[in-house]
Amino acid sequence: MSKPLERAQAIAREIARAHADDVDRQARFPKEAVDALRSESLLGASAPVALGGLGSTVTELVAMCQALGQACSTTGMVFAMHHIQIASMVLHPGSNGAMAKYVKEICEKQWLIASVTSEVGVGGDLRRSACGIETNGDTFSVVKDATTISYGAQADGLLLSARRSPEAAPSDQALVWLRPGDYTLEKKGNWDTLGMRGTCSPPFRVTAKGKADQVMSEPFSDVAPLTMVPFSHLLWGGVWLGLATEAVSRARAFVRAEARRNPGAPGANALRLSELQAQLQSLRTLVYAMADEYQASLVNKVDKDLLLSVGYALRLNNLKLVASQSIAAIVTAAMPICGIMGYKNDSQFSLGRLLRDSFSAQLMINNDRIHMTNAQLLQVYKDDS
Amino acid sequence: MDNQIRTILLQHGKLGSDAMTLAEDADLYQAGMTSHASVNVMLALEGAFDVEFPDRMLKRSVFESIRNMRAAIDELTGGR
Repeated sequence: MSKPLERAQAIAREIARAHADDVDRQARFPKEAVDALRSESLLGASAPVALGGLGSTVTELVAMCQALGQACSTTGMVFAMHHIQIASMVLHPGSNGAMAKYVKEICEKQWLIASVTSEVGVGGDLRRSACGIETNGDTFSVVKDATTISYGAQADGLLLSARRSPEAAPSDQALVWLRPGDYTLEKKGNWDTLGMRGTCSPPFRVTAKGKADQVMSEPFSDVAPLTMVPFSHLLWGGVWLGLATEAVSRARAFVRAEARRNPGAPGANALRLSELQAQLQSLRTLVYAMADEYQASLVNKVDKDLLLSVGYALRLNNLKLVASQSIAAIVTAAMPICGIMGYKNDSQFSLGRLLRDSFSAQLMINNDRIHMTNAQLLQVYKDDS
Repeated sequence: MDNQIRTILLQHGKLGSDAMTLAEDADLYQAGMTSHASVNVMLALEGAFDVEFPDRMLKRSVFESIRNMRAAIDELTGGR
């Protein structure tokens, strides 16, 4: 059997790409690609082999996100968000190992997991919850009004954040694993957006109950900075890198076709392409350097001191800021190269979907919020090491 | 010094429990100090003790308890 990365690349090339425009046009879930990922066991890529997963490294996961994101940003983003949830469970199994048991079940059944971190009334702050978990003996219940749940209606299970109890402080949060059948979803709005249309991310009310060991024992204040935030920024970075790579690839194909018609000295478009290529290389280097650094910290039994430092938080935030800004710039700069052929929706050089999708990057965790955090951290950080 | 640290925690730590009575080795993050609040604590400590925490000290383990903060400040001031 071929390697997991090669399998993901084949699915991207042969399936995700074929349906990308239809997924976008109809704002529909990329079912064909996700079914293919499932049938190749790739929904367990981030889990260790001992739990029935494929044991892929963070760097390999980023490369899978890149391949899928290049073919269809929506498919790449669904794959990324799913694995952020799996990794959060894998790396925080709890003292009783309950999460490991559940990850094993997820891998075996190749369930797709969605994230429920957003909530009405907390202003987009990941680290505050309004709802709380009601524990009653060995069961729990929780109700959450989420402002958005990507592929909520298509997922098999959910990972939801809430206060550890209704009386707990807003920042005293825990993650809860919700199995199929543990919850009902009430759709509270629509998802008709500029881009990333196939992620199908409307608001929902989640009403859930389950067994007490489905509540993660490790506090979200550890899980977020150690795992959920780094995985998010790295895997999103992979998807965005794929999107930018596709835009540059279309521009390059256009310039090459021009050159073949008129061989000779490179023209203005070829120079623009050269500028684009430099930007793309810088983005690729940034994403993979950060992935390698994080992977190394995991191998060293999670270097908590590094991951919980001000310096690392700043670097990780900067990855998100720079990557999300640069992809919009890269796709925008590809447009004058492809000209009217890039502007058309039905040309092989079309950039419309890529351009629309690229704008989502600065909004999923709004860059302004991240700049506010960084501004605060820079009051104490000296950049002296 | 402990009283000064506790006063700063009271003003900036946003602790669920009372900053004046916490054990000196109690985990302040567990007690409700957010990372946002911890930066304000760092700033206030730098001001109160006339020190600058180098980047290598800007990590959770250094600020997770009153005892660890005191050790860090002692290291920077040489116990002056």
